[in-house]
Amino acid sequence: MMNWRGAIAILKHELARFFRTAFGSILSPVLTTSLYIVVFGAAIGGQMDPSQFGGASYGAFIVPGLIMLTLLSESTSNASFGIYMPKFTGAIYELLSAPVGVAETILGFVGAAVLKSLIISAIILVTARIFVDYEIAHPLLAVGYVVMVAASFALFGFIIGLWADGFEKLQIVPLLILMPLTFLGGTFYSVQMLAEPWSTVAQFNPIFYLINGLRWTFTGSADVPIGVAFGFTLAFLVLCVAVIAWIFRTGWCLRE
Amino acid sequence: MSEPILEIRGLEKTYKGGTKALAGVDLTINKGEIFALLGPNGAGKTTLIGAVCGLVNPTGGSIHAFGQDTAKSWREARRKIGLVPQELSFDMFDKVIRQVRYSRGMFGCPPDEARIEQVLRSLSLWDKRDAAIRELSGGMKRRVMIAKALAHDPELLFLDEPTAGVDVELRRDMWRQIDALRAAGVTIILTTHYIEEAEEMADRVGVINKGRILLVDDKDAIMAKLGRTEAHFTLAEPLAKIPADFLDYPITLEDGGTHLIYRGGDGTGKGKREVAELAQRLPGLGIAYTGLETRESTLEDIFVDLVEQGAQEQAA
Repeated sequence: MMNWRGAIAILKHELARFFRTAFGSILSPVLTTSLYIVVFGAAIGGQMDPSQFGGASYGAFIVPGLIMLTLLSESTSNASFGIYMPKFTGAIYELLSAPVGVAETILGFVGAAVLKSLIISAIILVTARIFVDYEIAHPLLAVGYVVMVAASFALFGFIIGLWADGFEKLQIVPLLILMPLTFLGGTFYSVQMLAEPWSTVAQFNPIFYLINGLRWTFTGSADVPIGVAFGFTLAFLVLCVAVIAWIFRTGWCLRE
Repeated sequence: MSEPILEIRGLEKTYKGGTKALAGVDLTINKGEIFALLGPNGAGKTTLIGAVCGLVNPTGGSIHAFGQDTAKSWREARRKIGLVPQELSFDMFDKVIRQVRYSRGMFGCPPDEARIEQVLRSLSLWDKRDAAIRELSGGMKRRVMIAKALAHDPELLFLDEPTAGVDVELRRDMWRQIDALRAAGVTIILTTHYIEEAEEMADRVGVINKGRILLVDDKDAIMAKLGRTEAHFTLAEPLAKIPADFLDYPITLEDGGTHLIYRGGDGTGKGKREVAELAQRLPGLGIAYTGLETRESTLEDIFVDLVEQGAQEQAA
């Protein structure tokens, strides 16, 4: 029988950790995003021709990209730190000795990471409104999409946290893979602006689809059809779930 | 009294690197007892506890807790088992009371502030409930570990080296806590390499070395069976050989005949009696002695003997 109280205890503990450091964990992504909007959106973007961005202002164009940038890094790092910290301090003994299974563990850690990154994303969205006027064409789809992406990358972070045996490994994937791919995935530009072969190369970047999926829910137009973006995100979610199921079936990384 | 609460049969654990930590352990723990597991470092104590508590996947054998196979009914079993590991490990930045609530929740218990207050008070932590754990002293931190393990009211409690590295006063304090838990009906298994601790606390003692249980018995029975009296007579004049009258006693001459050593007895007082006899009869034979030291063997000596014996048998 599922130990709901156990899952909720983990979730609350993880959220408490977040709120304990709320000042830094909320302020830093908000500040970074605001700087991007001010520097790129207002200062540089003012010089750009709106027709390149589906008629929207450049500021409004980059908002979904910036949300995605924060969402990906926050979901990944929150979940990976969440599960890595008890491994590092040794507190994992309690989780392993408790009547808590895979479902409760994931619900607790990944659930908390998703909630945290949703809170931060919402704050950024509100902050962005101070600087730029943007519209959200499909609000419900936008929320659904954001939740799906947050869940996928929190699971992805959870896998990294299980795999990592040092702080370096914890940083490597977000820093060396996620961040470059997000920047190159069209956060700040439309791939149509790129010359060949780069506009084709960009299509091999998985994050390109995520950014364009969210952008579509904001503006109603993007570089890829929305069906492709949704399908891609869903496939990534399923892949992460499958990897986690496999990890726990083999007892890898946690139980000796 | 001897209703089993934990039954371990043929338990084996070989780590990935090939280290065999448990080589077929059989052990039965009875409800309500305090069982001390003694063994040198690397004997397999922590692995054994880990296997019962779910930290280690055994590679062979079976564990039944509360009559159920822990591999199958792991949720039911773990709800009733508490573990205090050797290392202080928790979220150092969290508050004491939050950590205890967290543990209670994780083990599936409904929130119960009254119970949490009770646990914290019993460990003298109530005044520190809102302190961040990192601000506490080492002894206090260890108590937080115990509070966390008690938060879900376990029926079976494992204490892995509960007094390793704590000062004498805190150790006495810990013993009082363990006594109180026993009075409350909790079955306790503790590992230690402080023999004094086992001697003080335990009803039964098990000795483990190299992944095997060498001996399990009532503490008093072990002392009776293996207890020894040792007496050193410092002689005024060296003796060339043991006087014929004393050939029946387990005595030897050492240091060129200047010391007469008695090593015998069985823990029932026979040793003391024989030493008294010797002390009375030596002057009658014209043997003067200038000093006499006697010592009863402790569990420590017994333990060292057992471990050395085991090592020799393995080498043979």
